[in-house]
Amino acid sequence: MKFAVIRFPGSNCDQDCYRVLKDELRQEVRYVWHKDTRLDEDEIIILPGGFSYGDYLRCGAVARFSPIMQAVRQAAERGQLVLGICNGFQILCEAGLLPGALVRNRNLHFICENVFLRAETNQTPFTSAYQQGQVLRVPIAHGEGCFMAEPRVLDALEKNNQIVFRYADASGKISSATNPNGSALNIAGICNEARNVLGMMPHPERACEALLSGADGLGLFQSLIQKP
Amino acid sequence: MKITVHVMLKPSVFDPQGEAVKKAIHGLGMENVKSARIGKIIELEIEGENDVKTRAKLEEICRDLLSNPVIETYRIE
Repeated sequence: MKFAVIRFPGSNCDQDCYRVLKDELRQEVRYVWHKDTRLDEDEIIILPGGFSYGDYLRCGAVARFSPIMQAVRQAAERGQLVLGICNGFQILCEAGLLPGALVRNRNLHFICENVFLRAETNQTPFTSAYQQGQVLRVPIAHGEGCFMAEPRVLDALEKNNQIVFRYADASGKISSATNPNGSALNIAGICNEARNVLGMMPHPERACEALLSGADGLGLFQSLIQKP
Repeated sequence: MKITVHVMLKPSVFDPQGEAVKKAIHGLGMENVKSARIGKIIELEIEGENDVKTRAKLEEICRDLLSNPVIETYRIE
């Protein structure tokens, strides 16, 4: 498969994504600068983590207007796969490609730790390699990861099976104790109605090597590769 | 002309920063402060007339960039 990793000024998780795809999974991958305007129709698009535009105004608020985002929107509307990780998730929400918003962590701390996620559904191109309910150990590193949306939007996300990852404990139990940032419904990642756009706050690209604290994130990228 | 845009979190959105500041205010002896909420002020210096077209564009910019309507409201002065 072919991947495009977008780089905004301030993105800093682009290299980890590139490395997993190129060196570990031996896929074709290229960096795309935010001022470029071209994305190919067969590319899987990744918006990586980081601090685009220094998180000025709001996280992702300025990046959503970068020239490349026009092409990202068109690609998403065509049904191309778009994955937003951390700041990438924030950018997708600001751009309206995903519902809701990410706000300051409830306890005001920047949280940098491994958490457990429960894969709520494997009925997405991003999670087809996982079992439904599978528990993954993946790091988070964010200060504004608290997902909020209006009650009717949260209802719709639940009804449409659009909640893809929730913060859980090691046995897959979900509670406020397992919620690091106050996200509504312990939401760690969601997809759009068409299921081709996924946003998640945790960093799967940092959980792709047993040597570096675990490889539970690899399944996400493998799902993308095995897509028919 | 000088325009000031006030951006606040919607009342339904929990403001942990405001809560932390409120507690700090209590610690400074002003315990009758029941709530504190923190917003943003953006000051714009705009060339040209305060006409309908400019006003409409400004509203668009407030909605699309300066505030996030999912969680914030804005007011133009």
